[in-house]
Formats: sequence, C-alpha cells, structure tokens
Amino acid sequence: MTSRPLLHNRVALLMVLAAAVAAVALPFLGFAPNRLLSGRPVPLWAAAQGFDGAIALLPGLALLATPFLRPTRTGLGLTVVAGGLFTAGLVWLAGAQAAALAQGASAAARTSFASGFWVMAAAGLLTAIDAARRLGLGAIGRMAVGGAVAALVALQLASGHLDALSILKEYANRREIFADAVLRHAMLVAAALVPTLLIGIPLGVAAHRVQAVGRAVFPVLNVVQTVPSIALFGLLMAPLAALGAMLPGSGISGVGPLPAVIALTFYSLLPIVRNTAVGLDGVPAPVREAARGMGLTPGQIFLRVDLPLALPVFLSGLRITVVQAVGLAAVAALIGAGGLGAIMFQGLFANALDLVLLGAVPVILLAVAADALLSIGIAAATHSIGVLPGRSAP
Amino acid sequence: MIDFERVTKRFGSWTAVDAVSFTVAEGEFRVLIGPSGSGKSTVLRMINRLIPADEGAIRIDGVDIASLKPEELRRRMGYVIQSVGLFPHWTVERNIATVPGLLGWPRARIRDRVTELLELLNLDPRRYRGAYPHQLSGGQQQRVGVARALAAEPRILLMDEPFSALDPITRASLQTELSAIHRRTGTTVVFVTHDMDEALRLGDSIAVMDHGRLIQCATPLDILTRPASPLVRDLVGREEWGLKRLAVETVGDRARRQESVTGEPLAAETPLHRALSEMVARGTERLPVVDGDGRPAGVLHLSDLVRPTSAGTVSGGPAASGTA
Repeated sequence: MTSRPLLHNRVALLMVLAAAVAAVALPFLGFAPNRLLSGRPVPLWAAAQGFDGAIALLPGLALLATPFLRPTRTGLGLTVVAGGLFTAGLVWLAGAQAAALAQGASAAARTSFASGFWVMAAAGLLTAIDAARRLGLGAIGRMAVGGAVAALVALQLASGHLDALSILKEYANRREIFADAVLRHAMLVAAALVPTLLIGIPLGVAAHRVQAVGRAVFPVLNVVQTVPSIALFGLLMAPLAALGAMLPGSGISGVGPLPAVIALTFYSLLPIVRNTAVGLDGVPAPVREAARGMGLTPGQIFLRVDLPLALPVFLSGLRITVVQAVGLAAVAALIGAGGLGAIMFQGLFANALDLVLLGAVPVILLAVAADALLSIGIAAATHSIGVLPGRSAP
Repeated sequence: MIDFERVTKRFGSWTAVDAVSFTVAEGEFRVLIGPSGSGKSTVLRMINRLIPADEGAIRIDGVDIASLKPEELRRRMGYVIQSVGLFPHWTVERNIATVPGLLGWPRARIRDRVTELLELLNLDPRRYRGAYPHQLSGGQQQRVGVARALAAEPRILLMDEPFSALDPITRASLQTELSAIHRRTGTTVVFVTHDMDEALRLGDSIAVMDHGRLIQCATPLDILTRPASPLVRDLVGREEWGLKRLAVETVGDRARRQESVTGEPLAAETPLHRALSEMVARGTERLPVVDGDGRPAGVLHLSDLVRPTSAGTVSGGPAASGTA
C-alpha cells in the first residue's frame, strides 16, 4: 500500500495555525471602563465559558480538521461551512461576552474587538473563500457564501445581541449622522461616476479609433493615477477657491464635495478609458468586416457588435473604478466632503478606535458589495458572448 | 448583371486595380483568380462598396452603385469571407437572420428561412439553430457563414476565398454544395480564390488578374487550352494537366449516343476525369451513360477521352500548353 498524503489544503493549514495561535496567545476582546482608557484583555477561553460558548466554538473544531480533508465536493463544502460558521460564531461570542461584562459595569464601560478576534475571524473567512474558489463556484456562488455569513451577522445585529459591543454603542450615539454618512459616501462615488462615464467612454472610443488619441491621453491619465490622493485634493483647493472668489454666489469652493468629485473623476478616468479602448480593440476584425459587408450601418455595428463584445472588459474597468472610488472617497473627508471618512477621522482625532471602525467597516462593505455586483455583471456579459461559458473574467 | 467599366483603385501611389472592365452575366458563376496583390479581392470589395472606386463606373443591372446607399446595396448581396466573421455573441439562428432582420421580414418568415438554409447546408436545424459559433467546427462555421449570406435571397453572392482555411475534405464538400446551390437558385456568384483547381471546378468563367490588370477572362476550357499569358499557364500548372482538362468536361459531352453496353452506368454530368478513374478501377474501356432521368444516354469509350468527338467542342490539346 502506498502512503497517501495527509495534508490536502495548505492554505487551510496556514489559516488554522494562525487562528489557533490567536486563540491561545492573543486577547479576544478588550474591556475598558470608558472609551478613552485602554482596556484589559479578555482571552478567548474566558469568553467561551459555559454551554453556549462551547456550541459557538464547535465550527472552530471542525475547522481544525479541514486541512486534512480530501478536496472532494463534500470536503470543500464542509470547509466553506466551517469557515463561515466559525466567523459568525466568533461574533456571537463577542456579543454575548460584551453583554455579560456590561452587567455590573458603568454605562461608559466599553467592550471592543481585540487582535485575537480579528485574526480568527479573518482566518475563518479566508478559509471559506478559498474553499469556495476551489469548489469552482462562480461569482454568484462566492457572493452567496459571503452573503450567508453577512446574514448570520446581520441577524445578530437586528436581534440586539451585539448592542453591548463598543462599536454599536458608537453607532447608537451617531445613529442620525451614520445613515447620512453612508448616503453621502455613495453619492460622492455616484456623482464622480457620471462625469467619468460621460468623458471616459467617448475618450476610450476615440483612443480605440485613432491611435494618436491613445498616445496623448494614456500618459496623462497614468501620471494622474500616481499622484497621491491627498496631494490631488490639495492641488484642487487653490484653483477652485480662486474660481469661487471670482464667481461669488456660484457655490464653488476649494473645500467640500466639488473638489472631491473632481479628484475622484480624475482617478476614475484611467480604468474606464483604458478598458473601453482595450475592449473595443479586442473585437475581431473579421466580425466587423462581416457586419459591414452585410449592410449594418456604423451605428448598428457599434450597438450590436462592438458594445456587447467589449462589455466584459469595460465592466472590469468599471469595477476597478467603483472599488477605487469607494476607498478614495473616504480620504475626501479631509477636505470637508463628508461621507464615512468623516466618521473615521473623528475617531482618529478622538483616539476612539471603535469610532474609526464604525466608519471603516461600511467602506469595506460598500467596496465588497460593489465588487461582487459588478463581478456578477461581468460573468453575465462574458457568458452572453459565448466565450468560456460559466466562467467569469478575472 | 455586374458591369465594370474602366474601374481604377489606388492606395497611395500603388495602383491596386488598373482600368479593369468586365461583365458578369445574370446567374453566372465568375471566379476571380490571381497571385497575392493582384487586385482580385479589391475588385470583389468594390462591388459592395466596402472599397470605393477612384475612377470608372460599376453598374448593377444598369444602375451605377455610386448612386445607391452603401448599406442598402450590401443588404441586397451576400458576402462571405475566409475568416467567416460570425457574431460570437449570437446564436446560429440570429446570425443567419441578420439581413432578413435588417430588411424587416416578419418573424415567422425568418424562422422558416433559417430552417430551410440550415437544411440546405446540411446542418440539422434542431441541433444547430440555438448553438453559438464557438461550439461549431471550422467547416460548420463556414456553412453558417454561407447560410447567413444567402438568407435574404440575394441575387448576387460575393465570396472572398471562403473555403481557403478549411481542410481538403470539408472544402471539397462545401464546393459541391455551393455548385448545387448555384444551379438551384441561379444566383450570380463572384468568387475570389488563389486555387486554380477550385476555380476550374466551380467557375462558369474565370477572370485571371495580375498587378491590378485583367489578363484573361474565359471559360475553364479556354483557360486550360488557350492560356493568354505565361502567368495563366503557370497558374494552371503542368502537373496532371490532362486530368484537369478532363475535369472541365462531362461524360455527356463525349458519349456516343447511339450505342449501348451493359454495366453500372455513369451519370451524364460526371466529369470526365472521374470516368477515366472508373474505367481504370473496373478494368474496362467502355462505360454506359444515363441522363438525369436515368434513361440510357449512350456509351463512353476510353478513346473518346483523348479524341473528343462531340460537336462544338474546342480542342486545344495538351500540346498547346505542354510545350516545355
């Protein structure tokens, strides 16, 4: 008999080891008398006492076995479920422990996630995502896995189970401005997207048709991409302030949403222009020749041939643009554009880490959601042009 | 009818087509042949105005095509290219339906036409109607390409080396099908190739081009027996000249009508080189011939292959070409 390899999933092994070390050596939560003092560490074993705690950690035991499961559908499926449930279980445990600590403590006392929680949660999620990819799940399948974990956490949020955690106390204090900030953030991105598409698509078409346009446009946009965002916001302040002074009553100002939208547009142009041009370049010449020879008008060739065939590459550019803009819009808070960045910076300046998280977590969720939605769009567009059916573009 | 009158096309300082005049009759199968850069494809692409002519006039049924809208002109013609150019994001059905759709045919008529064309090109409609181009072999893709070109029942079919990229077996069967389609529909065909065997096999007439000029325009028989220049002779080639010569005439052309003999008969439209092959295979010097309805149509003798007997046949003989 030949010996079979014991280890089947090196990624899972790495994640499990990281989670195990974090479980033993790193604090799971931090408990502080108020938001300004640094907390005392609460280790995982202290948080997981009792029957409920043991149940919540059961998926973790399953996770320990996943590196040694054979990469069959069942094995990988189990790994996805174990990773996802482990992460959700950690959140539940944190909520339960925060509620327990809150009893008999002052209202100002704070229970926060500590390093151990983050390492273990990340390890669980990454294991699940990696196994989902190995299972060959498409964009929609992977999104369903992410959605299921998010739903488990959302359930706990809605039930009030997590209310004693510090980040939710920060949320409770800023309930009104939080919704505004999310909306404002999304509006900044959407507002930048309109001029980006209006300028970027025609510019991309021009770069595809006339080589000289591409040679002129791409170096400029590449340079813009290398300018740090803070610097670009700063650079726009002076001319816009001057313009505002020249046109009193126009509402133009060096700070606020306008310079933010302009800067975001500058950053967003490169992926849109480049991917529009590359997508059109990829339409096979014989297909256009045949279309022309059959009597399609130039407009019909663009709409019926060029557009659908270039769409997957264009959507990849749009995905890069949106994800990038969601992140950059956070920095725009520095010049008074508002949005989730404003909450993050408030937290930074007040040294309240949970307030930073309250701003940062929705930014990440927005970016992930935009990425996932556009990935589905790309997969659908790729599928519809019949290239590699069922597989999404990278 | 397609009429070229002293048509010239220049690309910069290079004259691609130089004062070419010719006429393609209604229902004719005209092959354009010549070496690379001879201007044959340019001539073809001027017929549907993919390339505009610089000088001269191109008329279709007496109407100067410069006076028509290019798109309307093109929708009246079929166009097939070597690289096929099927729309990869459309099914076979939608590809074939392109021009009828542009012309606003009713849905039911388009559907019936697609079925008819798929059957005509030996593609099972149930299996291939909903298939995407990437699911088809190269030969099947070109079958769909030809079906797409024929979809709106064009009176003119333009084909630019349509079978050059296919393997010999697929090419031969598509040539046979194209010949049959041409006979049945009476469509005027202009067919560009660089393969003389294909030209001899398909063309009612062959136009040989070189350096933008028309060197010779004649029947396959005349191209073989009366080449107008050394270039035409080279294009035909000396190898198996005799077999090519036989291939452009049919058994019916030379059979002795009054005689009869027993045996498995040959159809009158069989090319003579097949008849020779058949005689060698059967070890006989005489074969019975039947006409299209299966009635006896005489006997073909081995000696008839070397000494043509039927009236009106011009014989140049191998000596006219084999002078080396």
